[in-house]
Amino acid sequence: MTTSQANNPLGPGYEGVAGKELRFRDVFRDTLRAEMIRDEDVFLMGEDISGGFDKETKEPLDAWGGPFAATKGLVQEFGPERVRDAPISEAGFVGAAVGSALTGLRPVVDLMYFDFVTVAFDQLLSNAAKSRYMFGGQTRVPLTLFARSGAGTGHAAQHSESFYSMLAHIPGLKVVVPSDPYSVKGLLAAAIRDDDPVFLVNDKKLINLTGFVPDEDYVIELGKGRYMRRGTDVTLVGISYTSIACQKAADQLAEVGIEAEVIDMMSLSPFDEDILIESVNKTNNVVIVDEDTPRASMASEFAAVIADKAFDALDSPVKRVTGPHAPVPYNRDLEQAFMPQPEDIVGTVKNILGRE
Amino acid sequence: MDISKEKLEWIYSTMYRIRRFEETMLEQTFKGNAMGVTHPSDGQEAPPTGICAHLTDKDWIGSTHRGHGHCIAKGLDTSAMMAEIMGKATGQCGGKGGSMHIADFSKGMLGANAIVGASIPLAVGAALTAKYKGIENESVGVSFFGDGASSQGVLHESMNLASVWKLPVIFACENNGYAEATPSWYAVSAEDIASRAEGYGMPGVVVDGMDVFAVYDAAGEAIARARAGEGPTFLELKTYRYHGHFHADVPLNYRTEEEEKYYRDKDAIKHFERTVTKQKLMTAKKLKSIRDAVEKEMLDAVEFGMNSPMPDPSVLYEDVYVSYSNPIPGLR
Repeated sequence: MTTSQANNPLGPGYEGVAGKELRFRDVFRDTLRAEMIRDEDVFLMGEDISGGFDKETKEPLDAWGGPFAATKGLVQEFGPERVRDAPISEAGFVGAAVGSALTGLRPVVDLMYFDFVTVAFDQLLSNAAKSRYMFGGQTRVPLTLFARSGAGTGHAAQHSESFYSMLAHIPGLKVVVPSDPYSVKGLLAAAIRDDDPVFLVNDKKLINLTGFVPDEDYVIELGKGRYMRRGTDVTLVGISYTSIACQKAADQLAEVGIEAEVIDMMSLSPFDEDILIESVNKTNNVVIVDEDTPRASMASEFAAVIADKAFDALDSPVKRVTGPHAPVPYNRDLEQAFMPQPEDIVGTVKNILGRE
Repeated sequence: MDISKEKLEWIYSTMYRIRRFEETMLEQTFKGNAMGVTHPSDGQEAPPTGICAHLTDKDWIGSTHRGHGHCIAKGLDTSAMMAEIMGKATGQCGGKGGSMHIADFSKGMLGANAIVGASIPLAVGAALTAKYKGIENESVGVSFFGDGASSQGVLHESMNLASVWKLPVIFACENNGYAEATPSWYAVSAEDIASRAEGYGMPGVVVDGMDVFAVYDAAGEAIARARAGEGPTFLELKTYRYHGHFHADVPLNYRTEEEEKYYRDKDAIKHFERTVTKQKLMTAKKLKSIRDAVEKEMLDAVEFGMNSPMPDPSVLYEDVYVSYSNPIPGLR
């Protein structure tokens, strides 16, 4: 969790913008604060998002300040009505959040670990995602959810999943995956201001990373990817933390004379088909890197779109580097073997380019 | 009796409207004019009527697959409901929801919901909005659900949330004795589902759900509590559905004629008629004029539905999102 941010994460157009080097978790909290100030209908809900109450005064203690301290200090600023600690009842409080969104508020729900999505899945799938459509467009569900995903921290099988593909599969939900402090600021603000339900999947490995963040208020349009590095020989497609793995792989590939282009998808639903096609039309080779398991995954979906819309540009088969079709193991060596590593990406690129 | 003349007339016309809507809807279903499955609620007129008699458009209700009665009691338009069941463009949801997903947000109706128990936390969320905005006195949440949903975990989570957050919610459990074909004596561990309320720190009241006056009184107390900021109440309304679980279900395969007769003898509408005429609160002539108006309304509803156009095929792709950067029509 100490990896430093790779070069120029903001992409073209951000040279010379005022900003500073900030930690991902601090940007996350500051963005929540800014959105709560901006709109008084925005409130937070989740388990231990302040954490602990004084038995005598009933006042929140902010002992945890949220899982991973994501909301530390906000309860003092906004009070327990707007930073609402919930009992361990994911189905109940996600459902209540949907109900509050249907009746005029803009709830932001911290689901702690991404694996806990399944406990609330019916409320997400049957109510949050479908209400607008099945009621004929009468209503909208301006709900934001976030939770921590990803292997690499010894949290084992039930606290390490990355199955955002399951959410992206659902019509009516939007899914975004920040990969650095810059993207989490723009994507979280966009998610909260969006009138549809948006799930922000936050890979745990990003939380203590630092990176350049512009001072100005900005949003990143949902459904847009970005180039993190330009190259001509192969396109590497990253999702959240795997975008960082792709950058590391690109550094290694550059040493042997292979110029890789790195795309950071940032959004999974909607997602940026144009950037995939544009890049593959230029490089003619593509490797998609996804920590999620491979069956019915985002990697598979991107591969299908590329095969459909850029088939004639391909000089080699579309390759996927993903987690295995297995739960996340606990043992550190096994866990590292589960995760797509830069070396796996380098090996795959060399293989398709015939450079072994 | 402490109910105004106008309210009594509203109660009678609402119960009779629910009864006749369900009967008319079933006729249309069997004629093939409904496009899918329908779940009639005739027999269960008293709970939605007695409860919604205390509500305004600013109050919110959550509903179930058996939701036509809740919709009507909350003031939805029966023509738009019938057109929805017929899948027409003029339907309450433009033909995209059907019988199990009728909603009207302008009337405080959060939607019929076909996942058993799934609408319960939505009503809790509506109550959370009211508390957040400090308008509990004018906006409460009522969750309608059945004995089947009483076994769903999300009910128990919702009751705990509503109690610890002291939200203005009424849990209205319409116990009609059956979850599909499974009797509540088999599936429910308690004699009275309302007894579970105590464990969640809220009053639990057992109410004769075939007596609209009993429902009206119990609901009045519960809703007054909610409006006063005193938190949730659980009402168990013992009631009965006259038809099967869904239109084609044959309930005599799992319940007896004696049982059906027992409840038909307690019929909520007949009980109302006997009570108001005996106490000279309404005349037989007035009752008839209300029934006549409802009969005409039902004819109009069927005519409206039958004469309405089908949805344009393009709406298949509309309203999945408020906005989405990928074109939905191409996504298939």
